[in-house]
Amino acid sequence: MKNKAIDNFSDIFDFNREKVIEIKNLDLYYGEFKALKNISMDVKNKEITALIGPSGCGKSTLLKTLNRMNDLVEGCKVEGSITIGGADIYSEKTDLAALRKNVGMVFQKPNPFPMSVYDNITYGPKTFGIKNRQILDEIVERSLKQAAMWEELKDRLNKSALGLSGGQQQRLCIARALSVDPQILLMDEPTSALDPISTGKIEELCEELKKDVTIVMVTHNMQQAARISDKTGFFLLGDLVEFGATDDIFTNPKDERTERYITGRFG
Amino acid sequence: MSVRKLFEEELQALKNELVEMCRLTENMIDDAITALVEHNRELGRSIKETDKTVDEYEMDIEKKCMRILLKQQPVAKDFREVSTALKMITDIERFGDQASDIGDIVFNMPQEKYIKKLTHITKMGELAIKMVHESVNSFINNDEKAADAVILMDDEMDDLFNTVKDELIELIKKNSENGNQAIMLMMIAKYLERIGDHAVNVAEWTKYNETGVHVKY
Repeated sequence: MKNKAIDNFSDIFDFNREKVIEIKNLDLYYGEFKALKNISMDVKNKEITALIGPSGCGKSTLLKTLNRMNDLVEGCKVEGSITIGGADIYSEKTDLAALRKNVGMVFQKPNPFPMSVYDNITYGPKTFGIKNRQILDEIVERSLKQAAMWEELKDRLNKSALGLSGGQQQRLCIARALSVDPQILLMDEPTSALDPISTGKIEELCEELKKDVTIVMVTHNMQQAARISDKTGFFLLGDLVEFGATDDIFTNPKDERTERYITGRFG
Repeated sequence: MSVRKLFEEELQALKNELVEMCRLTENMIDDAITALVEHNRELGRSIKETDKTVDEYEMDIEKKCMRILLKQQPVAKDFREVSTALKMITDIERFGDQASDIGDIVFNMPQEKYIKKLTHITKMGELAIKMVHESVNSFINNDEKAADAVILMDDEMDDLFNTVKDELIELIKKNSENGNQAIMLMMIAKYLERIGDHAVNVAEWTKYNETGVHVKY
């Protein structure tokens, strides 16, 4: 299911290592405000890691540090280290295009480009210089198959992506992220705008994708985290309060604050 | 009312019912032993009636647990409390069954002098009631130490059972005519010993509720 046509930058990243993401003593500031405080955690290869916590706790901020989306935020300062596939992604030498090609992102609200399904999927590969129509066709088919949408969209490839339902648009966005063969997929509340059926489809998709990619997901849906993730990290006011096996976090959390949050007793 | 408050009230109602169900089974065991000691066949037979109420409690608590699991989708300690209650009622219901079975035996026993003193069996009855009470209370009070104590009491129960068994074997050896009553007393002792085992199960679930780890003793 890999799109071999695009360079994986394997000279920079080693995605075969067990700890595919290593975060050490990470502090992040927005101006004077310290949004992340001394975060250390490892993400294992081909696992789904869920980040949970109340709004403003820093979980989305952490997600965005993993493909350096925070670079776009004025006044954002990062200290500590993040290593992805063995490479320090905050080093001056980091090739951002290579990083973001390998670390894809899916957002809360489906954001397909106002163009056809086909053009949405091929947008990324084209930016990496792929022009051959046959290769692009293959990428579209593979990406849509990976996102379990090929059957429903194969006859609508040239229709506008904006005509799809919300759930389909979100899966299209996942297919679009997959088109450049990422090794890590960051998902920021990917189902919060979707109905239960579409949510179920995305969750099934994550289970399938886990065979090929590592997923880090921010979610406000406790049951979703419990259902599909292998590891869960609980954030509060910029601290990583607890990080461990999802089964342990949801049946026997070690920290009282985790217990209070997941059982709905904060407030 | 907040959803959290509603959940806490539902959980408390569940615990109140558990306590009531448990109290009924304690009375049943007490009645069973009294019926035995006093040769009171009618009291023995009446235990069966209370057992129906215990069964109804089991069904009702089970339904409530299922509803909480469905509606609240509890996690962490909340989840452990509901799942512990759900598991415990099976053992509490068995307390009632065993007491009812003892009542049946008493009802069917010939009205004749006992072949031995009932000291040890009476002690087993008292211990069974204590274990039942303490095991369920350990859950209600979130008391892991009380659960440990129940698990330890089971050794005493086993010792008493072995004493009764040895005595009865000797009595059969001495006079085979003792056999009929000896077997009935043996079954009663076995039921009491089983009540102890079920109380240990309840205590183990209490420990799971407190620690998140289920260990069989």
